[in-house]
Formats: sequence, structure tokens, C-alpha cells
Amino acid sequence: MPLLDVRELSVVFQRKGTKPFTAVDRVSFAVEPGETVGLVGESGCGKSVTSLAIMGLLPRRGNKVTGEVRFEDTDLLKLRPQDLRDRRGRDIGMIFQDPLSSLNPVIPLGLQVAEVLERHQGKTRQAALREARGLLDAVGIPDPARRLKEFPHQLSGGMRQRALIAIALACKPRLLIADEPTTALDVTVQAQILALLKELVDQSGTALVMITHDLGVVAGLCDTVNVLYAGRVVERAGRHALFGDPRHPYTHGLLQSVPRLDADRGGRLHQIRGSVNDNIPWSEGCAFAPRCDRVVDDCIGETVPLEPTSRGGALRCTNPVPQEVPA
Amino acid sequence: MSGAGGITTLADHKRRRIDELTARTSEGGGVSLIRDAGRRLLRNPTAIVGAAIILLFLIIAIFAPLVAPHDPVQRFPELTRDLTVDSVPGASAGHPLGSDPLGRDFASRMIYGARQTLFVGVLATLIGLLFGVLLGAIAGAAGGWVDVLIMRVTDVMLALPSLLLAITLVALARESTQWTVIIAVAVVNVPIFARLLRGSMLAQRESDHVLAARALGVRRRDIVLRHMLPNSLTAVIVQATLTFAVAILDAAALSFLGLGDPDINRAEWGLMLGVDGVRYLEVRPELAYFPALAIILVALGFTLLGESMREALDPKNRR
Amino acid sequence: MVRVVSRRLIQLFVTLIALMTLVFFWLRSLPGGPVDALLGERATPQTRELLTRALGYDQPIWVQYGRFLKNVVTGDFGNSIRTGEPVTDVISRSFPATIELAVAAIIIAVGLGIPLGYLAARYRGRLLDNATIIVTLIGISIPIFFLGYLLKDWLTQGIHFFPPSGRISTGMDNTDVTGFFVLDGLLTREFDASADALWHLVLPAVTLATIPLAIIVRITRASVLDVLDEDYIRTADAKGLRNATIRKRHVLRNALLPVVTTIGLQTGALLAGAVLTEKVYNWGGLGTLITDSISGGRDYPVLQALILLAAVVFIVVNLLVDLSYAIIDPRVRVQ
Repeated sequence: MPLLDVRELSVVFQRKGTKPFTAVDRVSFAVEPGETVGLVGESGCGKSVTSLAIMGLLPRRGNKVTGEVRFEDTDLLKLRPQDLRDRRGRDIGMIFQDPLSSLNPVIPLGLQVAEVLERHQGKTRQAALREARGLLDAVGIPDPARRLKEFPHQLSGGMRQRALIAIALACKPRLLIADEPTTALDVTVQAQILALLKELVDQSGTALVMITHDLGVVAGLCDTVNVLYAGRVVERAGRHALFGDPRHPYTHGLLQSVPRLDADRGGRLHQIRGSVNDNIPWSEGCAFAPRCDRVVDDCIGETVPLEPTSRGGALRCTNPVPQEVPA
Repeated sequence: MSGAGGITTLADHKRRRIDELTARTSEGGGVSLIRDAGRRLLRNPTAIVGAAIILLFLIIAIFAPLVAPHDPVQRFPELTRDLTVDSVPGASAGHPLGSDPLGRDFASRMIYGARQTLFVGVLATLIGLLFGVLLGAIAGAAGGWVDVLIMRVTDVMLALPSLLLAITLVALARESTQWTVIIAVAVVNVPIFARLLRGSMLAQRESDHVLAARALGVRRRDIVLRHMLPNSLTAVIVQATLTFAVAILDAAALSFLGLGDPDINRAEWGLMLGVDGVRYLEVRPELAYFPALAIILVALGFTLLGESMREALDPKNRR
Repeated sequence: MVRVVSRRLIQLFVTLIALMTLVFFWLRSLPGGPVDALLGERATPQTRELLTRALGYDQPIWVQYGRFLKNVVTGDFGNSIRTGEPVTDVISRSFPATIELAVAAIIIAVGLGIPLGYLAARYRGRLLDNATIIVTLIGISIPIFFLGYLLKDWLTQGIHFFPPSGRISTGMDNTDVTGFFVLDGLLTREFDASADALWHLVLPAVTLATIPLAIIVRITRASVLDVLDEDYIRTADAKGLRNATIRKRHVLRNALLPVVTTIGLQTGALLAGAVLTEKVYNWGGLGTLITDSISGGRDYPVLQALILLAAVVFIVVNLLVDLSYAIIDPRVRVQ
């Protein structure tokens, strides 16, 4: 049984005076215990909203969440807010994109780590702070005893993200959701943070949902990858299948647009036409059609279904990229 | 739409369908901040209410001679003839709101009051704005010791709370006229506008589009006039709208303290409220209620408009 | 920290000297100069001559300026023209009344404003929030002297709920120790005097508190809403912290930062508002002193000292606010 089973999750934003906007459109995916799953796509494709919906962190007003988010045996969407609160931080941890703004600027780091332990493990302030020191040490923050008393602005970007990881993993959750955890960091630090994440989830057997627009991150980390476009999953595959043999033209385009060392010098880098704004509604066909190189008549007019593939994944495409080497 | 242009394998009607659908979803991209803000302002009921109030009073002010039943300074002796010292004529035929203690038609004075009050408020705000912007722009553009000097001068002016500074200025002028009041209220706002503009210009100076202009070799004067000033002015305009409300409240306070316009013929709400209004509050509360209500409404109108402008211009609210 | 404070104090000193210099030269540039200001325009040439010499106005202006500065620094502002008493005596007599009023007003404004602003933000869009927005908008749009008269008219006439004016009932036999009547009553155990003074304080304090209260409510509300949108609140939510913990530990402290600055600025508004409020309630404080020193011939020595005093209070309060800011916000502390 999967640890996390997201079924037909939809999020519709509805603000007064504006048209309703479907940010996440019947997204389904599953995460097995200890597995690392990627959610990949351009900004605005609904990947972050998906993660916030899973955690119940969307603003209380102005949106409608439907579907199921099964965590073990419970549907998180059906939990009372206070019961969900008991689980957040204990069963599911989360790391956010911008480590500076995600830490409270006026509270010492030690307390920001310790308060999770106080809340979920009933520890005293003293015991929690003692454990916080160990946690900071474990995520590679030097001189943790001193850092406990410091404030976020006194730390470097990488240190802050390490601290957030320590907070998210403090209660040894079974699932960790990382929403673009390296985007705001320097390239050299990105690699360190990714290595740390990989080490920690491997060690503890924590399942990881990795949300990113960066295919490099996915390649190094994820077992299974879900590619999102305009709020829907367009392709799902194992890491090797996806990178070696992408079937959806969007996935294909994404991979082609990554610079490669083994490419011809002077060859042009592939780019996907237009922008995420050039969509058509899914009800009118394939949302990606206006930008697609392989668009055919059947792409327009009817919804394109997500269908299982022979290699255990799924694909939503009328005219997929042909398989390179038939197995 | 750039997207559909290169598609060749597609039937024409399908291509048109794509164009239709994408045109709808991608509209609204690339609208400038100010136009965007203007659109949001028009959708904001608070702004509409504020603007409507201001417009209403503006119309009354402009067409006062047509609307008012009488000349605001004309005295009607028959109204005051039979009255004791401490009473005021009430409503009578031809005088729907009665008259003031000198027998002048109160309704007409209220209507003409819109003129005088808006005049004082607008002028005080504009004078303050003009000198403030000038000082702030010089400080922000010049930098160095000019900047330091101007900022120290504003420091001295800001050492006194605003109304107290206005009181001081009027007191030091020894005799007050309508212009002392206007200038005192204006001077109070000079340092506020100056600092606001300077701060905003300093921020502009470091911004990418100014750096880009400089890298392109645009002349210094043109950078200041075309790039820095216009962008900084939006904050100043918002502040001016809010200042207007404070200006008429300050003018009313000066009148109440006996430091206002000494001309007893002037129909101005602050004067009417601050002198006769509070004096006859128990006998004829309308003399206070009407001008007070008018002042509150106008101040409210400008506050509502100013705050919704600020909100609309806040990049955080872009959507 | 010490360096920052001492730099600010020097800045304060320079600002005050500059302010006094402006006042000095302004008075001398008025037609007729300070002697005319003192005597009025109908004085005989002899009295003018006498006073000019007595006050040293026949000496070169720089000598006069030097002496003026020396007097200001040593706290000697000369004698009041109206009463002939030393200016410092006149002012210290009125000082406690205004401070008592201002402190009461700031207690009301802060004590009511922060909770109200917080609740409005917490129940955003509901009845309480909308009512708060409307009431505070009117609060900042109403001329406060008018509000003072309204309260007086409604609550002291007919039903005699509150005393209409003054600081204490005329028959009250109270001992004057500090000049703060409420405090005096407690010190001398004349609790009835204390209660009476407090009763007199209610309406003026409420009137004076109106604008700061409205502004503090609005700033607190806006600030809490801003903080609720911050990423670190989302982090706190993701940690599963209890709502009460999030509010107390994460929201309130951050939200108070802009409020603290506002309180400092509003102290200035209080000084100005006191002038109006004191006139409405016949409250014998500094505000009344300013009004009296202006009307009926300008009492320049008193006015000068009052201007200086107001500036000192305003600047010192804002300095204290900046310091307290440093205590709440570690980012400022370290610089």
C-alpha cells in the first residue's frame, strides 16, 4: 500500500469578481514508503499548489479543494483542521523555497527548531533545545550550540535551508515534501543541499516528494517522476525511462532545452515555443497544443485522457514522441 | 499568438480554434504597473466611494452661485431683530437651515463653504507638494552635501509635530490672514513630501531600469527627469491625496484656536465650526453639525481615495 | 548601542539649537522686532527705549544671539510678559496636567488599539472588522475639538455623567505633591481626590486618544494581515503548531514592529491634540498655556520655551521608540 495516495486532486481558485481558475486539475499520483517522487513543471503548472493542498496549507478562503489525499489510512482532506495540525510536522514535514522568508526573523533559531519537538513530542523547552542542537549538527551546521541563539539573518542561505531541513525532519516524519528547496540558493550550495537531502532520506527511510522545475534535481534524486502541465499530469515514468525515452512532446522539449556537454558545438539549444500563458483549456483538447511541435487535428476538440503505458507509467498524448529503441 | 504560427500539420479551423482560445487566456500580460493599478482602482468600491464624495463636493463648489439660495455674506436683519444675545435664528421661509448669529443664510454659507474649504485644502496641499517635491528632488538627484543640508533642514521642521508647527508658524506671524493659515499648513507638509520623494528617488537610483539607462549613456538630467522622477511621483501623489484631508482638519483646528482667517465674511467650514459652531452648540447644534459633517465627509473622501490608490499601487497586490 | 544613542543625542542637540536659532531670527525679522511684540504698537517711545536697553536689544545682533543661546542652554528663558513670572515656573506648573492627560490618552490608545486592530485582522471581512474600519475612518476624519464638544454635550449636560471641565472638583480638598492629581491622591491616601481627578480625566483623555487610537488600530490590523501572509507563518503552520502558539509567538511579535514606530509618531500628534483638547475641557495644561500665550498679545518668551519643550519631548520619545524597536527586532540590534 502506498504511503501517500493522491487521487483526483483538484484545486480551484475563486476570488470575488474574477473567473474561477483551476490550478490543479484531477491530479493523481502515489508515493511508496521510502520512495522519492518528483513533481516537475514550469512555474504556474500547479506543482506548488498541489503540495500546499496535500498539507492543508492553502488559504482558508478563495479556493476549493476536491479529491482525496490518502496518507496511510486517512484522507487528509477530510480531517478536522486540528487533527491535521497534529499530523503536520509529525508525520509529514515540509521544506520551502525561500529559506530566509520561511524562517521567523525575530525568533532565535533554537526555538524555531525546538518548538516542533515541544509540540509533537511533549518535550520540555530544555530537552527540546538540547535535541535541536543535535539536529542542527546532523544537517551539517557547524558550532550548533552557538547557532541556537542566533537569528536567521545571521546565517548564510545554505545554512538557513539546512536549518529548515532540520525543522522538517525533527520529528522523523514518514513523508517529506520539498517545494523547490534549492531554487533560491547558489549553484554550489544547491548541490550540497541536494546531497544532504538524499543522505537524510536514505538514512531514515523517509519518503520524499520533490517539487522542482529543475530536471537536474530530478535526475539525481527521484525514483518516479510526474510531469505537470497546466494543472494536469501529462507524463509519469520511472527516472530512467523518462530521461532515456520521454514520450510526451512537452517532456521531450524540456529535456531538449537542457544544455548538454555531448551536444554539437554551435548547435542551437532547443526551446519550447510561447509561454505557459498560451494554453487552451483542457476541455477543448490538449492544453499544450498551441506550443506543441507534434500537434495534429485530434489534439483539438476533445479532452485527451491520461492512459497507462506499457512501462508502468502514464501518458496524456494523442501523438507521442515515438519510442527510440523498441525493447 | 506566437504559438500557433508555426503549426503546419493542422487543419485551418483547428488552428483558428487555438488562436481563439489562447487569445482569451493570455490577455492581460504586459500591462504597465500604473495602468494595472488604475484598473484595480476602478474595480475597488472604496476608491469609487471616495472619488464620488470628492466629485460631489467639487461640483457644489464650482456651481455654488447657482445652487445657493442667497449671497453668503448678505445679512437678513429681520431674522435677528427679535432675538436675545445668545440665540440664533432657526429655519424660516426662504432659509431652510436658518441663519448664523449675524443673520446670514446658513444653507448658502454651507454651499459656498465647499468653495473656500476646498480652496484652502487644495492650495495648502499643492504649495506643500511643490516645495517638498522641489527640495526632495534636489536632494535625491544631487546627493552629497546638498542632500545632507536639505535633510537636516527637514529634520528641524519635523522636530515639531505637524499641527504644533502650524500653530507656531501662525503665532510667530503675529497677525493671521487666510494666507497665513494656508502657508502654515503648507509648510508643515514640505518636509514630509521632501523626505518621501528623496527616499523614493534613492531607491530608484539603485533600481535596474535606472542602472540600465545609465549604462546606455543616457544623460544625467534625462535620467532624473524621465526615469527617476515619474516613478517616484506616484508615492507623492498618494501622499498628497491623504494630506488634503489633514490640511482641512488642521485649518479647522487653527480656526478653533482663534488663529484662523480673521475675515468674518468668509464662509469656510473650519471657521464656521471652530468659531460659531462650538459656541452655539447647545442652542443651535446644526451650526456645528453641518460644517462638521461636511468636513468629515470631505476628509473621508480623500482618505478613502488616497488609501485605495496606495493599495492599488502596491506591487504586492498585483494580480 | 551606546554609540548609536550618543550620536542620536548629539543630533538632537544640534536640531534643537537650529530650531531655536530659527525662532530667534524670525522674531527679530518681524516688523518692529521683539520690543513691539512685547509692548504692542501703541507704546510710547520712552517705554520702548527703556525696554530695548533693558533687554539688551541695542547691542549687535551676534551678541544678542550669543546671549540667547547661552540662556537657552542654561534653561533661562526670561520672564513671561503676561504674568511677569519666570518662564520655567509658568511651564513647570502646567506640565504635569498635560503629561497626565497625554499618558491617559496613550494608555487608552495603545491598550485598546492593539487588541482591536488584532481582532479586526483575525476576523477579517466579518462584522467586527468592517465596523472597526468604518469607525476608525471616521475617527481620523473628525475634527477632534468637535468630538470633544460632542462628548461634552452628550455626557455632561442633562445627565451629568461626567464633569464638563477642569481637572478636579472645586470643593475637593486635595494636596498637591507632584502636580499629577491622580498620583497625588494615591500618594497622600486621599483616594477620593484620586477618583475625582480620574473622573475628570475620562472625557478629555478619550477625546485626545481618538486619533492615535484610530491610527494604531489601522496600523495593527494592516500589520497583522501582512504578517499572516508571510512565509514563516506558513512554515509555522507546516510544523503543526497550535493556533495559539502561532499567534502569540509568530504573529504578534512581528506585527508589533510597525505599531511601535506609529506609537512614537502619535506621541507628537498627542502634543498637538492636547492644545485643542485642553481648550475644550478647560484643562490647565501646556496646551492652554500655548493658546493663552498666543491670544491677547504674543507672550514670546513662553512660546519659545514651549516650542523647545515640545521638540525635546517629541524627539526623545522617538529615540526611545527606536531603542525599543532594537529590543524587539534582532535585525536592528546587530546592524
